[in-house]
Amino acid sequence: MNAPLSKDQLAEMYRRMQRIRLFEDAAVDLHKRGEIPGALHTAQGQEAEITGACMALRTDDYMVGNHRSHGHTIGKGARMRGLMAELLAKGTGVCKGKGGSMHLADFSVGSLGETSIVGSGLPTAAGAALGAKLQGSDRVSLCFFGDGASNEGTFHEALNMAAIWKLPVIFLCENNGYGQTTPAAQVVAVNDIADRAAGYAMPGVVVDGQDVLKVHAVVLEAVCRARAGEGPSLLEAKTYRYLDHAANMGRNLGYRSSDEIERWRRRDPIVLFARALRAEHGFTGGDIESIDAQVAREVEDAVAFARSSPPPALNEAFTDVLAGTRSS
Amino acid sequence: MSKQTYLQAIQSALREELQRDERVFIMGQDVQSNLFGTTPGFVKEFGAERIRNTPIAEAGMAGVAAGAAMVGMRPVVDFSIAPFLYPAFDQIVSTVAKSRYLYGGQAAVPVVFRSTMFYGRAASSAAQHSDRPYSLYMHVPGLKVIVPSSAHDVKGLLKAAIRDDDPVLSFEDASLWTTASDVPDNDYLIPLGKADVKRPGTDVTVVAIGATVPMALAAGRQLAAEGICVEVVDPRTLAPLDRETILDSVRKTGRLVAVDVAWRTCSAASEIAATVASEAFRNLRGPIQIVTTPDTHIPFSPVLEADLYPNKDKIIAAIRRALA
Repeated sequence: MNAPLSKDQLAEMYRRMQRIRLFEDAAVDLHKRGEIPGALHTAQGQEAEITGACMALRTDDYMVGNHRSHGHTIGKGARMRGLMAELLAKGTGVCKGKGGSMHLADFSVGSLGETSIVGSGLPTAAGAALGAKLQGSDRVSLCFFGDGASNEGTFHEALNMAAIWKLPVIFLCENNGYGQTTPAAQVVAVNDIADRAAGYAMPGVVVDGQDVLKVHAVVLEAVCRARAGEGPSLLEAKTYRYLDHAANMGRNLGYRSSDEIERWRRRDPIVLFARALRAEHGFTGGDIESIDAQVAREVEDAVAFARSSPPPALNEAFTDVLAGTRSS
Repeated sequence: MSKQTYLQAIQSALREELQRDERVFIMGQDVQSNLFGTTPGFVKEFGAERIRNTPIAEAGMAGVAAGAAMVGMRPVVDFSIAPFLYPAFDQIVSTVAKSRYLYGGQAAVPVVFRSTMFYGRAASSAAQHSDRPYSLYMHVPGLKVIVPSSAHDVKGLLKAAIRDDDPVLSFEDASLWTTASDVPDNDYLIPLGKADVKRPGTDVTVVAIGATVPMALAAGRQLAAEGICVEVVDPRTLAPLDRETILDSVRKTGRLVAVDVAWRTCSAASEIAATVASEAFRNLRGPIQIVTTPDTHIPFSPVLEADLYPNKDKIIAAIRRALA
């Protein structure tokens, strides 16, 4: 069995969840003000599954995400200054202002890139696992994808290849119940996406995505299995996004009831975890408040950094197309 | 120096790079059984981990190769027939081509995607199997595209492609498989993005691609008897295209014939013609001629298929029109 999490690890877990929440609060505000161009897909409500999964990984393990991309990079340990600057399309952004909200990446913490073509990251994650295996390292790779992506052909191709080659990869489905506005139940043939694991002879596990410790335990088991050479796993975290698919895209289309949203908000993953930290892990209200205050300062600092950063130099439109076109 | 066929030259390139660099591995359908003849004895020499059979799952193959490349490997993927790249098109365009740019230079995707263009008399493969689709990939920034025309070139270009830090698609023409040329025994590379003047001349520039290069050379030899000096330029790499060598040649000869086995619309030939028309218009002494496959599907019947592609006689006729 794995050793129980230390108080420091629990605090870090809470800190990262709160970073995602407050980072996105700030991003929504900046987007409304017109300071963030383009689309903004938030993961508020999903912080537990993101953080629980990422914290089951080492910094040198690989992670691939999707268009709902802010939480994954924060969860994997990326610093928020470069992420916020990227959202504001600044030259100091993690992708030099060329990727934006849907394509964050921080290779220094194993974040190999978020991708905005649904399902396209699954083969990439399997490939990173193949690379790790061929190099004889014990690194593993984790891919976040949604219920919608589980209907893509790349899901099938990546899971099958990972299974036949026993690749050290964890496929983590963030089932938030909707592909944009379409209910998963309408377009997914199985009740649990984890059931699809049977088709690839790998374990399939459903977990409460609002409980960070449960997610962490399930992902850690899959990580251990992968590191031991026993192959991939398909995990499904049942979760919910509070906001629309992307900022300003819902327009009261009525695809979710306010009752449903309220029901999920009553199981807010950050509130639940704060409560558990106090009740079961010896945290005081002061401990929690001091983390909240620290994270709020970090987010303010990231926003100030992003706002004061210059836009990319105009020649950046033409750099990084090929290896020979690096920035000067 | 030794005589090698095009197919043997592909084998040598792959074997030498597998021996030289542990990061290089081959994946593709039927590569272990050497179905296409480019991997004979490779499993025995390099092991099944590095000579890896894949499922029939082209999007997965492309994406898995991209992921492995991002973490430091150098995958060479055998897609066998060129149209089999289509199921992987999204992965090639959205992930392979764009990751370096999208992530601000953090990602490198040094993959080589090989495929064979299998069309014409020996193939009778009909519309879905006979494509010569390289110009689709020329259109996408971030990809390099090679179309080698001889055994000598395919070896040097493939070795350079495997060592290149960018994704390279290699389109190899099955009609060249059995053609032989002198291949150096030493380790040689042909730089990507450099055209080759295959035949020097003064009267007309023929820019020919892949299997049309030997046709253009034959046309040049035949017209030499009439005192017409044909210069044959082989771009070898279509992306990035060595526009300067083509323009230098046309500035000298004043005439261009662009030859391409792909369809006419948005072909490599039309891009070459557009380059010359816009950059060397004042040097032109006659209208640009383009010899391509017409914009129709490839029919199964050999009777219907036979006359669709460029050949020596069509190139000669185009040269005469250019000189008229």
